[in-house]
Amino acid sequence: MNVLMTGVGGQGIILASDMLSDVMMRAGFDVKKSEIHGMAQRGGSVMSHVRYAERVASPLIPLGACDILLSFEELEAARYVQYLKKGATVIINRYRLSPPSVISGKEPYPDVIPIIREKTDNIVMVDGNSIAEAMGNAKGVNIILLGKLSTFLEADEALWIESLNSMLKEKIRAANIEGFRRGRQA
Amino acid sequence: MKKILSGNEAIARGAFEAGVAFASAYPGTPSTEVLEEIAAEYPGIHAEWTPNEKVALEVAAGASYTGARAMAIMKHVGVNVAADPLMTLPYTLIRGGLVLVSADDPELFSSQNEQDNRHYARFAKIPMLEPSSSQEAKDFMVEAVMMSERFGTPVLLRTTTRISHSMGVVELGEAQPQPVPSIERHPAEWVMLPANARARHPVIEKRICDLKDYSNTHPFNVIEMKDKKLGIISSGVAFQYAKEAFPEASFLKLGMTYPLPDRLIREFASQVEELWVVEELDPFMEDQIKAMGIRCRGKDRLSLCGELNPDIIRAAVSGVEPEPFQKPTLPGRPPSMCPGCPHRSLLWALRRNKAFIAGDIGCYTLGFLPPLDAIDTCLCMGAGINHAHGMATVFGQGKEKIAAVIGDSTFYHSGITGLANLAYNKGAALIVILDNSTTAMTGAQNHPGTGITIRGDQTVNLDLKKLVKCLGIDWVKTVNPYEVKKTRKTIKEALAHDGPSVIISKAPCVLLKSRIVTGKPLVVDTEKCIGCKVCIGLGCPAIEFREEKSFINSSCAGCGVCEELCPQGAIGGGK
Repeated sequence: MNVLMTGVGGQGIILASDMLSDVMMRAGFDVKKSEIHGMAQRGGSVMSHVRYAERVASPLIPLGACDILLSFEELEAARYVQYLKKGATVIINRYRLSPPSVISGKEPYPDVIPIIREKTDNIVMVDGNSIAEAMGNAKGVNIILLGKLSTFLEADEALWIESLNSMLKEKIRAANIEGFRRGRQA
Repeated sequence: MKKILSGNEAIARGAFEAGVAFASAYPGTPSTEVLEEIAAEYPGIHAEWTPNEKVALEVAAGASYTGARAMAIMKHVGVNVAADPLMTLPYTLIRGGLVLVSADDPELFSSQNEQDNRHYARFAKIPMLEPSSSQEAKDFMVEAVMMSERFGTPVLLRTTTRISHSMGVVELGEAQPQPVPSIERHPAEWVMLPANARARHPVIEKRICDLKDYSNTHPFNVIEMKDKKLGIISSGVAFQYAKEAFPEASFLKLGMTYPLPDRLIREFASQVEELWVVEELDPFMEDQIKAMGIRCRGKDRLSLCGELNPDIIRAAVSGVEPEPFQKPTLPGRPPSMCPGCPHRSLLWALRRNKAFIAGDIGCYTLGFLPPLDAIDTCLCMGAGINHAHGMATVFGQGKEKIAAVIGDSTFYHSGITGLANLAYNKGAALIVILDNSTTAMTGAQNHPGTGITIRGDQTVNLDLKKLVKCLGIDWVKTVNPYEVKKTRKTIKEALAHDGPSVIISKAPCVLLKSRIVTGKPLVVDTEKCIGCKVCIGLGCPAIEFREEKSFINSSCAGCGVCEELCPQGAIGGGK
C-alpha cells in the first residue's frame, strides 16, 4: 500500500506520517517512510511517502503507484498527481494557503479538481480546519485528517488509539483522540 | 524489540549499542537529528554541539585517544571543513573506535552543492560503510565502531538524505559497555612531525590492503543470485530503488564500499550476462570496477546529477522511457522566511540603502527571493564576510556600498577569522551579524552564543559585541531590526563610515519562546489602504494583495514592520 501525504511546511504532516507508519508496524507490516525536512519547514511544499507491505524495498513511491493521497491543502493535492494510480483515492482538506505568487496578486489560486480528475474520480473533501476550529484545537487538523484516512485503511481503530496514546504528549492526548474520532465520522 | 526509526535515529541507537561515549556535531541538514537523538535518548553518551565540523572531528579524536568510543557527525559540506584533521587522522593510532558520519544530500534539498563524499574515503584512505535502510544504519554504526578498533583507523559512515530522513522498522540490539578511558602515550603515532608521519604512511597503505581482503569476506557485501541475464552492483538507497525496479535481477549488494571487494566483484561479474553499476552521483564504484578491467554499464545512462528513484533506474537499464507526463503548471511554493522573521526588515533596509549584499548560509539566504531580492552571493559557511572584504578592497574606501550578512551561528562557525582578517587588512565593508540567538535553519540548535548546551544546561554566553571589538572593529552598533526606520538610518551611517563597520541586528528567531513580537495579527484598514504595495515589498507570507488592497492573514506574528512602513497609517491593531 502506498500512501502519499502532501501539504505545506508547518501543517503537521511529518507527525501524521510518523503515526501512520507506527500503526502499520503495529499491524505487522514492514513499513518505510520518506520525506524532506530542512528547507521545506519554512512554508514550502512538503511531501511524505509512506509504504507498507510484507516487504518494502524503496522508501519512495514509484510514479503511478500511489493508492491514497491525503492532502492537507487544496493546491498541494494537484502538485504530485504523477504519483497517482488510475482510480486512486484522493482525500483533500478543504483549506487554501496562498503561495507567494497568489499572495502578491500575480496569479489566481488555481482550480485543482480538474487536474486530479484526469487521474481519478475518487475525490473526498474533508473540512479538517473547520472541525479543528469548532473543537477549539486549531493545531489538531493533522490528527483529524488521519482519522478520515484511517477509514480507508485496513488497520483496526484500536491500533490507531494505541499509537496516538504512545506518540502524543499527555497534555494534548485527549483532545487529539477526540479529533481522530471526529475525523473518522467526517 | 522493534521500533520505527529514521536513519538518523537508527545511527544514534547504533552508537548507544556500540558503547560510544562521546559524540560531537555541528548541525546541518540532513545530519542534525543524529546528535539531537543522542542528547534526548541516551544520557550515557556525552553530546556536544561544536562551533564547526573541524572542532567536532578533533574533539572526537581526542576522546578516542583515551580509548573511549567516539563519533563526529556532519553534513557532506561539513566534511570539507573537517578535511584537515581527516587527512592526517588515519596516520595516527586510533584507540577507541572513531566514526565520522557524513550525511550527503543528492538532489540538494537543503545544500549549496551535491558533492559525493564517498571520495573522501578513498582520499583519506579509510574504510567506508553505506547503509541502505534504517536497520542497516543502526547495524552499520555498530560495525563501524568495531572495524575502527580492529584496524586502528577512523571509519566513514556515509548516509544520504533518503537514508537519514527515511523511516523503517528496526530490530533493536543490546548495548555493549563503554570502554574505560586511560592515558597512554604514543609519540611516534600521535606526533605527526615529518619523520613520524613518513613512518606512518606505509602503515596506512598496508592497512587499506588488509581492509580490501576484509571487504571481500565481509557479511555486508553479499551476492544474491536470481536471473543471470541482469546483474546489478549497488549500495545505499540506490540498492533499494534498483531492487524495486528489478526484483528478479541478480544483485551484488555492497554495504562496505571502500575498499571495494575486488574478488567478490569479479566473481559476480563472471556469472551475469549484463552488468550494471547503480549508484547516485559520481561513478565512484563504476570507475574502480572498470579499472579492474571489468565491462559494466552505469553512468552512460544514469545521471551524475540529482537523486535516483525506481523509475529512473528502470528507464535507464531497460532503455524503455516511461510515458511522458505533462506536469500541471501550478504556482510554486518555495520556502520563505517566516512571518515576523527579524531577518526580513533588516534585509529590506539594507537593500533600500542600495548596498551589494554578500550572503551566507542560513534562513536569511531565502532573502534572495523576490520581492526582497536582497542576497547577492552565497557560497559556503563564512564566505560572505570575505566576499565583501575582497570586493570592497578592489574598489577602495568609500567607493561602493558593499555589505555582508551572516547569522550568529554561522559567525561562530567560520566568520570570526574572516572578520579578524577584514580588520587586520584595513577593510571597508559593512558586516551585519544577524543575531537571532539560535541556529534557525536546521531547527533551532544552541551554540556558543546562546549560553545553553545541547542538553539545556546553562553555560558561558559569548559576548558578541565584545568579541567583534576584540577582533579590531571599532565601529560596532546594535540595532533592533523591527525598528525598521532606525535600522535603515544606522545602516546608512555604517556605509558612510570610513573603515570597517559591524552592525549586530539583535532579535530572537520568531520560532523561539524568547521572541519579542506580540504574536497577535495586525489588521489593514481598507478605508485607508491605497494599494501602494509598500508592505507587499517586504515579501511577508502574512500580507496578501486582494482586490487592490492589502490584507493580513492569520499567520501574522505582529512584528509591526509593515505598520511602521505603511505611508497611509492603514495598518494597526495586534495589541
